[in-house]
Formats: sequence, structure tokens, C-alpha cells
Amino acid sequence: MMAISIDFASEGTIFGPDLACFHGRRRGPNSIAGAEITRQVMTKIVSDDPAAGADRRWSALMVAAQAGDGAAYQALLRDCIPLIKAIARRRGVVADRIDDVVQDVLLTIHRARQAYDPDRSFTAWLSVIADRRAIDLIRRTRRQAQREVYAPLAFENHVDEAANPSRSIAVVGMRGVVTRAVETLPARQREAVQRLVLEERSLPDAAAVTRRSKGSLKVNLHRALKALRDRIESWE
Amino acid sequence: MSTSSNSDSANELLIHDLATDLVPVRRLRPPSMRALTWLAVVAAVAIMLAVIGDLSALGHRLSAAPDMWLSVTGSTLTAILAAIAAFQLSLPDTRRIWALLPLPAALLWIVASGVGCLRTWFVPGTHAADLSEARDCLIFIVGLAVPLSALLIIMLRRAYTLQPKLTALIAGLASAAAAATLLNFFHPFDAAATDLAVHVFAVAIVIGANWGFNGRLLATNFSTQ
Repeated sequence: MMAISIDFASEGTIFGPDLACFHGRRRGPNSIAGAEITRQVMTKIVSDDPAAGADRRWSALMVAAQAGDGAAYQALLRDCIPLIKAIARRRGVVADRIDDVVQDVLLTIHRARQAYDPDRSFTAWLSVIADRRAIDLIRRTRRQAQREVYAPLAFENHVDEAANPSRSIAVVGMRGVVTRAVETLPARQREAVQRLVLEERSLPDAAAVTRRSKGSLKVNLHRALKALRDRIESWE
Repeated sequence: MSTSSNSDSANELLIHDLATDLVPVRRLRPPSMRALTWLAVVAAVAIMLAVIGDLSALGHRLSAAPDMWLSVTGSTLTAILAAIAAFQLSLPDTRRIWALLPLPAALLWIVASGVGCLRTWFVPGTHAADLSEARDCLIFIVGLAVPLSALLIIMLRRAYTLQPKLTALIAGLASAAAAATLLNFFHPFDAAATDLAVHVFAVAIVIGANWGFNGRLLATNFSTQ
């Protein structure tokens, strides 16, 4: 078990009593179907070491998620949040950006879930990802602060030299097709396209208006654009 | 309080979105096994080239100047170790120090090639490549490294790296070193200064193109969404 230098004292609920009392033994790849793994994990014997027990439970939940078990995946992602927050805090991420790190890490887990090897500690795997994402956010924030200023009046008064009124005539014909395609999307995907693409809102702005996370908007926009491309191609 | 509950509900929505329609994924094999797959393709290409290459000239060259083994060994080891490092770096939890794995072999390759280059200056009668041969070397290394790089990047994209530029750079080194190794089948002489410069230029092109182009490809890896 790899040692993790997290200040667990400040995150008393990371390995809370619901996690600490389970001891999931590791299995070989693809040995059990997802839902079955979740059920078995929940009935494992009590562990002497809460952290090790939680790590095994997370590892088993991730194996189930790799097999397509959505319930196990939701439980795992929820359990990960306190640890991600602790790591972001330790790295010095400011309080109002910690949830950005959480959402980045959740998206990274999702995109990299096929790369998790159950023979290794899930806690260590998650900790490295959270640490990297926290550093990424700190660097991004510093870069933004160096090159961007908040000047809403200057922005509104800026002349768009690339504006071309005649182009809008050609666009009108295509707009009807796109509008019809957008209407066929599921509600959340339609909302992401509406706010981010049609209304040209920034990600934080759209997140505030819709009361959804930036990560959720990104995921839905990505899925929506893929669906739109497929639909418009099939109509042509 | 409301800010906290807003962020909690935002996280909860994201989790719900990610778990909805979750598709099963095939777990990746260990990085060393995946590197072996790519190296097996390189070995298959090597066997095909050996059939049409000048093997007797290569054998004569290696027996006449045993230190040339060092250059071939260096480039071969660089290709193997860089491939392993690239597959390691393609995982999101890998330390950047893996990028140093091919460094000793690359140094051996560079130093041994430099020694061969010096021989062409000090040993009379040593064949040195002319400009057209040097151009052929450039075309061979770049032409072979492109498909090898493409295959490597396709394989690397199955994982999800958090260090796309570094991973692509090391992948470029693996492809360039593999192509330079295979060049030996058609290069039965030491690299003269111009020839060596062309080799270095070709390897730099491959690594630079990987770093610039394939780095972006790895950075926009949404294959598992």
C-alpha cells in the first residue's frame, strides 16, 4: 500500500465509518460482472486498517465502473470528492476554485478509467491525478491573471474588424437546419448548446445561469456536437 | 452556505451525467506489454527490410569496425526504452521522470555515431556518404518514422496522458530511433559529418513534429467519452 501524505485530520469524513468497515479483496481483471462486484464489496469482512479497507473498496468500485456499472461509478465519484478537495487545499488552490479542481479530476477519472490497473492502489492513482489537476489550475489561474484584465466597457466598445454583414445571408439557410437538429437533442445537451454556442456565453457564465457545473456543461456540449454532426450529415 | 450547496449540486450533476449511459471499457494492458506490441511491429518491418537490405555489407561493416555495434545498440536501445517510457507517460498517474529512461541509450547512440564520424576524417580510404546519399538517409528516416509515429500515437491515445507534449516527444524519439536503426540495413558505412548532421536533422524533425502535432492530438483525447 503506497503511503499518501494527505492531511486526513482535516478531512475527517474521507474514510468515514461507512467506508472504513469494508475490506474488499482484489480480484483479477474481468473476473466478476460490475453489479455483482458492488454487491460483494458491500458484504466484505471488517478491516483493521480503515484506509486500506477504503482503498480496496474504491478499487473494487472502479473495476465495476470499468465493467459499466453506473451505480458503483456514482458511489465511487462521490466518495472521491473529499480527498480531491483535501489535495487541492494542500496545494494552495483558493477556496472558490476548489470545485473546479474537483470537476476537472472527475472528468479525468472518467476519460482515464480504462487506464486504472486494479493491482495498484486507487487512492494513490487518484491522488496523483488530483495533485496534477490542482497544479494545472494554479498555473492556468496565474497565466490568466498575467494577460487578462477585467474591462467590460472596453470590451463592449471594441470594434469587430472581422464582421461581415453579407456572410449572415448565407448563414440564414444553414441556421434552419441547425435549429431543427438542436431541437432533437436531449434537454441537457440542448441547454449546453444554447448557452455556450448560440448565446456565446463563457463557461463560468453558462454554469452560473444553468446552475450546472462547468464539467457537466463541457460533457454535454461535447456529446451534443457529436450528435449534431451525425444528424446533419444524415440529413444531407 | 448557499454557495457550498450550489457547488455540491453542480458536482452531483456532473457525477450523474458521467454515470448516465456509462459504457464498459476494456482495461489497458500494462505499458511494457503495449510497448512490446509496437516493438513487434518494428521488428516485423525490420525483417521485411532485412530481406531487401544489403546484409552482407552490413555484416562486413560491423566486423571491420566493432565499435559500430555500439551505435546500432544505442539506437536500438533508445527505441525500446523510449517506447516503454512513452507508454508509461501515457498513463495519468505516471511520474515525469520516466522521460529520462531512454537518455543513457540515446547518449550511447550519439557518442558512438560521433566516433564513427571521426573515423571518416582520420582513417584513409573510409567511405563517406555524399550529399545524395545523405538526402536518401533523410527521406528514409522521416518516411519510416511517420507511420511508426502514427501507430504509436494511435496506441497511446487509448490511455489518457496528463503530459501530452512530453509523451509525444518521447514517442517521437522512439520512432526516430527505430527508423535510424533500420537505416543500417541500407547504410553500410560510417556517417560523415554532413551525413551525421542529416541524421540528427531527420531525428530532430521527427521529434519536433511529434512534439508539436501529436502533442495536440494526445491533449485532445476524448476517446472514452
